[in-house]
Amino acid sequence: MSEPLLAVRDLAVSFETEDGSARAVDGVSLDLAAGEVLALVGESGCGKSVTALTLMGLTRGANTRIEGSARYGDRELVDASDAELRRIRGAEMAMVFQDPMSSLNPVMRIGDQVAEQIVAHEDVGSGEARQRAVELLGRVGIPRTEERAADYPHELSGGMRQRVMIAMALSCQPRVLIADEPTTALDVTVQAQILELIRELRDETGAGVILVTHDLGVVAEIADRVAVMYAGRIVEQGTVMEIFDDPQHPYTWGLLGAIPRLDLPPRGRLPTVAGAPPSPLQKPEGCQFRPRCPHAFDRCVQTPALEHRGGGAQQADRCWLTPEAKRELRLVEGQVGLASPEETLR
Amino acid sequence: MSGGSEPLLALDDLEVHFPLRKGALLDREVARVRAVNGVSLDIHAGETVGLVGESGCGKTTLARAAVRLLEPTAGSVRFAGRDITHASQRELIPLRKELQIVFQDPFGSLNPRKRVRDIVALPLRLHGVSKEVAAQRVGELLERVGLTREHAARWPHEFSGGQRQRIGIARALALDPRLVVLDEPVSALDVSVQAQIVNLLDDLQRELGLAYLFVAHDLSVVRHVSHRIAVMYLGKLMEVAPADELYARPVHPYTASLLAAIPVPDPAGANRRRGRGAPKQAVPPSGEPPSPIDPPSGCVFHTRCPRATDVCKTVVPPLRAFPGGRVAACHHPLNAA
Repeated sequence: MSEPLLAVRDLAVSFETEDGSARAVDGVSLDLAAGEVLALVGESGCGKSVTALTLMGLTRGANTRIEGSARYGDRELVDASDAELRRIRGAEMAMVFQDPMSSLNPVMRIGDQVAEQIVAHEDVGSGEARQRAVELLGRVGIPRTEERAADYPHELSGGMRQRVMIAMALSCQPRVLIADEPTTALDVTVQAQILELIRELRDETGAGVILVTHDLGVVAEIADRVAVMYAGRIVEQGTVMEIFDDPQHPYTWGLLGAIPRLDLPPRGRLPTVAGAPPSPLQKPEGCQFRPRCPHAFDRCVQTPALEHRGGGAQQADRCWLTPEAKRELRLVEGQVGLASPEETLR
Repeated sequence: MSGGSEPLLALDDLEVHFPLRKGALLDREVARVRAVNGVSLDIHAGETVGLVGESGCGKTTLARAAVRLLEPTAGSVRFAGRDITHASQRELIPLRKELQIVFQDPFGSLNPRKRVRDIVALPLRLHGVSKEVAAQRVGELLERVGLTREHAARWPHEFSGGQRQRIGIARALALDPRLVVLDEPVSALDVSVQAQIVNLLDDLQRELGLAYLFVAHDLSVVRHVSHRIAVMYLGKLMEVAPADELYARPVHPYTASLLAAIPVPDPAGANRRRGRGAPKQAVPPSGEPPSPIDPPSGCVFHTRCPRATDVCKTVVPPLRAFPGGRVAACHHPLNAA
């Protein structure tokens, strides 16, 4: 395999709070290659957004402690100076945020917002930047771009605003695009259009994409590789086919089982993952999924490393169960799911 | 589910319009948003009807008019045989016992300054239940929705999103309603929590014989919970069909394209649909819905419809029946047989 665009090793992010140190990201390692889409998935609070923001240098602050390494090419992002980060950010690594309503400047015309970024990173005049901004807006599927470039964000729908965000992220042809829940606030119909757009742009520019999402449907549509996060750690990773066909970690089973499937016959009750993720202030020893896992046994008090234990060639997981046991335990009424004790219903 | 019995809730040709006014002195109406524009829909006792559509299609407005949080502009709302279209606030009070709503946002819908016991007891107290009886009932309700009696003394901020939604459900159940309108009850929740709430709603329906109007934009969840599903677009019903029929044989091209837009958690299937192998059955609709201030003439979907012809631009298609208990408003139906 060629040199990865982005190489993250043992990244850890802690926030100092009044109640103690909250370790939101706890030793994450991942590689991103050019032209691939890597999905980071997990429930709210699992650390996927903090990982993405940290790569962009957006979690820095007096109360944050960042350890480990994140290398982009031959440059280290974790301790890069603010000036250097400013050069990389926007130009070589760009980000699209979840909420297109609040991530645009409400008092600035959208054409100017896209042009502003081009002027900041390249030696071009405002006229040329403006012209390129209009072209970019057309490229992301905004109709009548000359007119629309003069619109303010409130004049656009959510889907159109997300297109503007993408146009902005692409304005300097970044090699890494980080998209944090880019379609979560959008209708399914618009989501399908935005995913198609991200796919086309990836094919066209060869950028590597990190997609943060909680929606496994979106992952199946667009990702090449998947990292499943739980309580700040990657608990399983592999290619998208491996993760969906042969999931190794009970948490992945739980996520897969909890979604109602349109492509399969309806099941009576959805298997759920009982309980809630641990607080980042007080994480359990050993496997952090242990308190919610119906298959936990005595060995789970030791922390399992993320390594190849079974499944496909590229797959790695943090679960002590044997591959044979996993194949058996992950089936609930013939479909993948987490057999959990009934919720406290009475 | 349908049959000859009288429906619990009957909406007939319902319209809810919001006037847009301009001018400080004259305050004249310059336009109106036709949020709900002639919708007829029945819900029977013990039945779940799913209501789906893109944002802005009027599904939440319809849900609010159905429980009379909004007053309809025209048409009628009948609940248990009584016309409540223009019932006054006072007349609505006894009715609220039987007709409840759970809101989408579990953070905005609970008063942050009240303890859980007061939030859940409020409907009971308003209907004249004594403090002691109400307290007892609150304990039962909390246990019923998977919380504990001890939770009664806590504040909303101490709970997660899923737990708050359980509190909202407990409040809606306090007066033993017959119909609960659920407005995007699981949209704000993580999938695992979403599954817990869906299972809870299912149990409650079976045990208490509740009817639900389940409003959502997630078609996978809607299929899982609904007996019948209504598809709305720009204030109008496009199609109503039994859940399995709707997914297996959609009649309206809009339904077909909505279904095509749902990402399926199956990467092999996603590759197949993207061109390798079988030809595409339907594609997600391109563009975005037009404005409900000035909806297109004829069939409101014609501007985005792959099957539209001249007749669609001028003639409004009526809702008509298709085999399998389906009804749809389309000049060029799919899967008509």
